[in-house]
Formats: sequence, structure tokens, C-alpha cells
Amino acid sequence: MTLTDLIEIVIAVALVIGAVFTLIGSVGLMKLDTAMKRMHAPTKAATLGIGALLMASMIHSFAFGSGSLKEVLIMAFLFVTAPISANFIAKVAIHRGQDVPPPSPPNDQTWSTLNPLDEAIDDPELPTRS
Amino acid sequence: MIAPDRLYDLALVFAFCAVSLAQLLAMVRLVIGPDVTDRILALDTMVVDAIGLIVLLGIAQGTEIYFEAALIFAMLGFVSTVAYARFILRGDIIE
Repeated sequence: MTLTDLIEIVIAVALVIGAVFTLIGSVGLMKLDTAMKRMHAPTKAATLGIGALLMASMIHSFAFGSGSLKEVLIMAFLFVTAPISANFIAKVAIHRGQDVPPPSPPNDQTWSTLNPLDEAIDDPELPTRS
Repeated sequence: MIAPDRLYDLALVFAFCAVSLAQLLAMVRLVIGPDVTDRILALDTMVVDAIGLIVLLGIAQGTEIYFEAALIFAMLGFVSTVAYARFILRGDIIE
């Protein structure tokens, strides 16, 4: 077994791991039953899968091309932004009444969505500006 | 790409099939999604899977020229997800 064979096996393993995790993310998106549960699968598993695919691409470019670390840029961007977008989608789910309502905020403060206790349950169709 | 002259060609074919299937499942969720929350989430997943397909195409063809496309997909996907979420949350995107 030469070094090239070893590198190709590493690339193949990274590709399979990435593909399986990406597929698991979408299967979870289809299969789970509530909106809050559905949020788990794509935001974590699919992000990890894309990370493995980018790792395979990086190993490939180092082994057979000129070699580049540019994929780290995409990886870092995805890993930083995935929790942020998941947080925003979770806020939307709370706002639309897809989850148990949040507890009352202390004192005179309000939650950062529009009145999640009243409007989301009364009017699930359109968001209205208070 | 049919004749496996490299060891990872089979893994590449498997990865193309799996990521394409993931893309299709996310699209089904985008169509049937009972609420707008699921549609935003499905769109976010589709963007991430599209980045995966672009990266796989780059590996299959042995080129680096698709890197910029993948990076722009990542940035536009994040911005569009946040814009949709803010529009639902606040009724406006830039207040």
C-alpha cells in the first residue's frame, strides 16, 4: 500500500461520513414530528456532514493539486452561522406558537418577539406589528 | 467517473447520491411543511446541501474553481435565512 492509496482511503472515508451525516440531517427533517424537534437534525448533523465533505476536498487538493486552505473559510463560516440561524428559526417557532409558550418575562420587560403569548395563538396566519 | 480508476470514486458516487437524496427530502419538507417555520428551515437545509453538491463536483472534476460559488452560497444562505426569520418576527427586515 502506497501513500497515495492511503490518502485516497482517507478521502473516501471523509466523503462517506459527510454524505451519511448530510442524509441523516434531511431524514430527520422529514421524520420528526414537531417543528422544534425538526430543528435539531439539519442544523447540527447536516453542518457536520458538510464539514466532512469540505475536509475531503481539502485533503484532495493537498494530495493531488496545488493545495489550498480556502475550504477552511467555508467551514468556519458555516460552523459560526449555523447556530445563529438555528436561533432565529427557533425564535420564529416560538413566535408562531409551535412550542410551549415562554414564561412571562420579569418586571416590565418583554421578549424579543412580538407578544408571543397573545398573538401567536390568536392569529396564527400573519404576523402583525404591535 | 463510472470506471473506478481511483479508490474514492465509489465513495464519490455514493456521496453524490446521498446528498442529492438529502436535497430532495429537504425539498419535500419545503413543499409540505405545515408552517412557515419548517419552510425556512428546509430552505436553509437546501442551501447547505447545495454547498455540499458544489464541493463534491469540485472533487469529482479535480478543480478549485467552484470554491467561490460555494462561499457565496454559504453567505447568501445565511443572510436569506436571517432575513426571512426577521421578517416573520418583526414584520420588517430593516427597522
